[in-house]
Amino acid sequence: MSNLASALNGASFKGLVTVTEAGLVGMITLRGDLSSAKLQAAVKVACGHDVPEPRKIAGTVDGGVAWMSPDELLVLVPYAQVEAKLSEMTAALDGEHALAVNVSDARAVFRVSGASAREVMGKVAPVDFSAAAFGGSDFRRSRLAQVAGAFWMDSDDSFTIICFRSAADYVFNLLSTAANPQSSVGVY
Amino acid sequence: MLILKCPYCGVDAEETELAAGGEAHLKRFGPGSSDDEFHDYLFMRENPKGVHFERWRHANGCGKWFHAARCTQTLEVFGTYSAQVTEPPQEIRDAITAKRPGWTWREFE
Amino acid sequence: MSTRLASQGRLIDRSKTIEFTFNGKRMTGHAGDTLASALLANDQMMVGRSFKYHRPRGVVASGSEEPNALVGLNSGDRFEPNQRATTTELFSGLAAQSQNHWPNLEFDIGAVNTYLARWLPAGFYYKTFIHPKPFWKHVYEPFIRQSAGLGKAPDKELKDADTYEHFYFFCDVMVVGGGVAGLQAAKAAAASGAKVLLIEQNAHWGGRAPVDGGTIDGMEPGAWVEKTLAELQAMDNVTLRSRTMGSGVYDHGYALGYERINDHEPGNGAPRHRLWRIRAKQIVTATGAIERPLSFAGNDVPGVMLASAMRDYVVNWGVTPGQKVVVVTNNDDAYRTALALHDAGVEVVRVLDARSAGGGALMEEVRQKGIRVECGRAIAKVKGGKRVQKVSICAQNGVGGAQEEISADAVAMSGGWSPVVHLWSHCGGKLIWDDAQVHFRPDASRPPLGADGKGFVLPAGSANGAMGLGEGLADASAAGSAAAEAAGFPAKNVAAPEGVASDELPIEPVWLMPAQADVTLRMKSWLDYQNDVKVTDVQLAAREGYESVEHTKRYTTLGMATDQGKLSNINGLAMLADSLGAAIPDVGTTTFRPPYHPISMGAIGGEARGKVFQPIRQTPMHAWHERNGADFEPVGQWRRPYAFVRSGESVHDAVNREVKNTRENLGLLDASTLGKLVVKGPDAGKFLDMMYTNMMSNLKVGKCRYGLMCSENGFLIDDGVVARIDEDTWLCHTTTGGAERIHGHMEEWLQTEWWDWKVYVANVTEQFAQVAVVGPNARKVLEKLNAQAGSGMDLSAEALPFMEWRDGKIGDFDCRAYRISFSGELSYEIAVPASEGRAFWDALLEAGKEFGVMPYGTECLHIMRAEKGFIMIGDETDGTVIPQDLNMQWALSKKKEDFLGKRAHSRSHMADPDRWKLVGLETVDGSVLPDGAYALGEGVNANGQKNMIGRVTSTYYSATLDKGIAMGLVKHGPDRMGEVLEFPGTDGKTYKAKIVDQVFYDKEGAKQNV
Repeated sequence: MSNLASALNGASFKGLVTVTEAGLVGMITLRGDLSSAKLQAAVKVACGHDVPEPRKIAGTVDGGVAWMSPDELLVLVPYAQVEAKLSEMTAALDGEHALAVNVSDARAVFRVSGASAREVMGKVAPVDFSAAAFGGSDFRRSRLAQVAGAFWMDSDDSFTIICFRSAADYVFNLLSTAANPQSSVGVY
Repeated sequence: MLILKCPYCGVDAEETELAAGGEAHLKRFGPGSSDDEFHDYLFMRENPKGVHFERWRHANGCGKWFHAARCTQTLEVFGTYSAQVTEPPQEIRDAITAKRPGWTWREFE
Repeated sequence: MSTRLASQGRLIDRSKTIEFTFNGKRMTGHAGDTLASALLANDQMMVGRSFKYHRPRGVVASGSEEPNALVGLNSGDRFEPNQRATTTELFSGLAAQSQNHWPNLEFDIGAVNTYLARWLPAGFYYKTFIHPKPFWKHVYEPFIRQSAGLGKAPDKELKDADTYEHFYFFCDVMVVGGGVAGLQAAKAAAASGAKVLLIEQNAHWGGRAPVDGGTIDGMEPGAWVEKTLAELQAMDNVTLRSRTMGSGVYDHGYALGYERINDHEPGNGAPRHRLWRIRAKQIVTATGAIERPLSFAGNDVPGVMLASAMRDYVVNWGVTPGQKVVVVTNNDDAYRTALALHDAGVEVVRVLDARSAGGGALMEEVRQKGIRVECGRAIAKVKGGKRVQKVSICAQNGVGGAQEEISADAVAMSGGWSPVVHLWSHCGGKLIWDDAQVHFRPDASRPPLGADGKGFVLPAGSANGAMGLGEGLADASAAGSAAAEAAGFPAKNVAAPEGVASDELPIEPVWLMPAQADVTLRMKSWLDYQNDVKVTDVQLAAREGYESVEHTKRYTTLGMATDQGKLSNINGLAMLADSLGAAIPDVGTTTFRPPYHPISMGAIGGEARGKVFQPIRQTPMHAWHERNGADFEPVGQWRRPYAFVRSGESVHDAVNREVKNTRENLGLLDASTLGKLVVKGPDAGKFLDMMYTNMMSNLKVGKCRYGLMCSENGFLIDDGVVARIDEDTWLCHTTTGGAERIHGHMEEWLQTEWWDWKVYVANVTEQFAQVAVVGPNARKVLEKLNAQAGSGMDLSAEALPFMEWRDGKIGDFDCRAYRISFSGELSYEIAVPASEGRAFWDALLEAGKEFGVMPYGTECLHIMRAEKGFIMIGDETDGTVIPQDLNMQWALSKKKEDFLGKRAHSRSHMADPDRWKLVGLETVDGSVLPDGAYALGEGVNANGQKNMIGRVTSTYYSATLDKGIAMGLVKHGPDRMGEVLEFPGTDGKTYKAKIVDQVFYDKEGAKQNV
């Protein structure tokens, strides 16, 4: 395991919020018929959760599943278990038209936490982050300024953000800039 | 800056999440087609002032292509619908008729 | 003289003194002052010079409509030109410089232009700067460039010291303008439960009402503002923002708010500006109205000011611009200024009312104070250079024969009020002409339309032409309720407060003062102060045939300055209408475009500067590259090492070293950026046969095949090696820049054309770090890793032949190894999980030491592929090249009925034997051909240009062969082997090159098949 390195080795920044690279998370892209019982069972076995409704996530980074599109899920498992879970899932889906691939290393994961988390996110994504519009199990794919990203709230004042690994440095600097301690907007 | 509802994920997406994909409901012509058919398929496009059908992709989102019916003059959106159809569904046509009676677009009305 | 009054000044805190400088002169003001009010308090009447004639100019307004008082603000990396003194809040240490003069404000050489004015009319530029032709480049253009613009550009070597940001915000109702109308509209909308955003451009709330007087629900307007503000602040569903201007309204409820966070305390660490990117279901524009100047001779002399502005300076900041003031008007409102001045102890020497019957109750009130009011009278001319000295008075209905001359040091003028309709108009709201009130106002029946085809902007208060206090409040209250209802919130009955103000008699239009002013007066009557456009200029334009208001605008530059004609446009188009004998509504207005008021470039860019100017994609080995001399080049959003430069080496040296070492020993290339797409499903083979020109469905599991991709119109768009992973899974490599594009291309066809095909695609580009291990020692270093680990995959030629792949372990690393070569050398491309990429790279460097390992960059990669005659997408192709041009017919399957591009290849021009075709090129003297150079043919074309018969697509110095090598597309090229062509370079030399085979090195492929 000594060979492993996440994109930014756990970099963090403290300002209006705390921005932290969360380290490696096991992630499986699963494409298939989301209404298939076989697929649903395989997801449940892999992460312990049912297939969520559109734009929702069930569970956490340690075991969860997010709705990516009408034929795509992102299954979250502990990094160390991802190959085993993938093999299990692939076996369970035998005979079914589906695609499951390990994308754990293709991504970087960030956590933005603190009372101003919604505001900091509101500076980088064209999404309504008011409590009435976003929270709970909501999961959203959008853009983080100039790159693609997905995010959800893992608590009342904390977001988990997934982006491409190659964009990790950009996203970290972006979120840190948005978290300038003097830049509170004061609306949420 | 437009907002279109992605019919796949339900997000009211602003234009910066979307990628425009040109005219909708083109019929592909491949080997065996005449020069004229192929030429029209590649190059001839509608440019209406009024009702128009377009393809869009929710690029910074769920990644799905979809169709949109809108007015190029007022930017009114009559509806968005599945990419997996070869012509506008009846409910979209009805919605347009309610707002623009007598509309026509290519072979559709 | 202009001075601070002993009383008044509701916005200033006299206990706090602030020091600032103007043109280096130390001055003081108070907390709450604007730069303009502070300058006036220091008797600085003249604040700049005009653009064209360099005439002395003073403050004329009190808000964002100010055309004259533009200054250069601050210094060094915070310097910014053209900042309005009227919207600049005073802060300690503020340093302002006046603009557009040399050598200084008081004495200016350019002022000679004012004496040349007769020869500098509208259209002067177009008429003068034409002949003689060579003068344009050497005389006119340098002269115009020197004269252009008001302020100086910031020092190009300095970076803006400030930061900026964007903020996305969503609401049901956005109210623009925090005057009493905006406050009431927000209150009415919020009562229904709608989420409301109220923004105000100034630091204070309440707009004009506290200055203009009257009562609201029996209270002083100021007290009502405080009370209402407190009510709104207490509501959870209301967000209030001062110092935030409504900059623009766009399609589908998009609006921009421009928040000036710390312009009033620069350098405090906060972002300077925040651009609010707002989506509102409904927008209420309570943007107020702007007073119009009157067009009389000398209306630009410092000390001539809008009547409302003069009132603002007295009441808000306790400053009077003069001691003896003449008020001139065509409406009742200006009498309020006379009263305010009188109450503050300033002498009002005369009120001139152009209306023959004068005004109503307010006029009587003024007369009762003992102020002399004359009706049917006008200003013939204001006399004075750098400040007002005398005012000549005449009859309004006349040519301007002066009947009396009186001493005065300031003039307050009012030509009536124009609603601020900008935001209403930005997205298509239409206007109507109100004859009674003499202005354009929003036509409620033709609003801007939203996504649902219904109106989404509601004007309110004086912005809607509801000019009286009571009328405006009632209108705003109704607009707020209506907006909430349109946004989906059931209307709550909100009682409008009762506003009571003096009754006013109607305005009478006065577009020229006096009405038949002679030409000597008209040519001193300014319409547009900032761009120096006079009454005579618009009349000239009309005489010369400029009938359209848009044409007249551009011919005369009326309304084209940084204030966009906030004061001048209506007067100008009324003058145009008069000259044309047309009605004002028939002439119409010019188009209102965002922003309402100039906003900073920084705010538009937002956070995108410095480290986050743009995303720079990085591979897992990027940090190593940075620390080891990488000279990066952009490839899409990636930065790839062009070469790894050692100390003492040039980049060119490094490239040559890398080429030689890779050919002789061992090179490592970070190939992680190459796109990797997994394509899986029962129909995946069929699908890939459509995507690629060659056959992919019959590729055997375990094998690789190079493939070409064309667009539907036949042109090459990408290439790469495809590997068959299992029965229904393929892995497609794309070019570095092509991963997202080709992924999108595949998804597009799957989603929109062949949606019944069972195929899934996933982009796994970044899951893997990929290293090309290249050179005679490639196998040795990998086998050494296996030996060190005690096991690993068999890498022999027999176990892993050329163009095959295997999964397994090399050393400690799980990997997939491909025997593919883009260099012609023995080569393995090894993909490991990205998280282990850096460790794998380090392990190869360590183990490779004894084999002469060196990393190499993209230039070495390019040279080696060119030596082998391999094409590169983007070099040999440019969107107009088809596989046949590159002699790659072998990659076009004849067995397949269809693939993307196949039909296009049979179009007549695609099958034309005269198309330029790929060949190798070798200069006769071994030098390097210039990139992109064209080959000369015989004769000239229809345009008299020399005919060209080919061009260079790739050209390099080959260290391996010690000579220049190149590839190019040449007409009938493959049939002309040995022929020498001429390539003129941009350096004036002509290069001679022979057409040769495109493979320069190891044609048999002996080196890679070992």
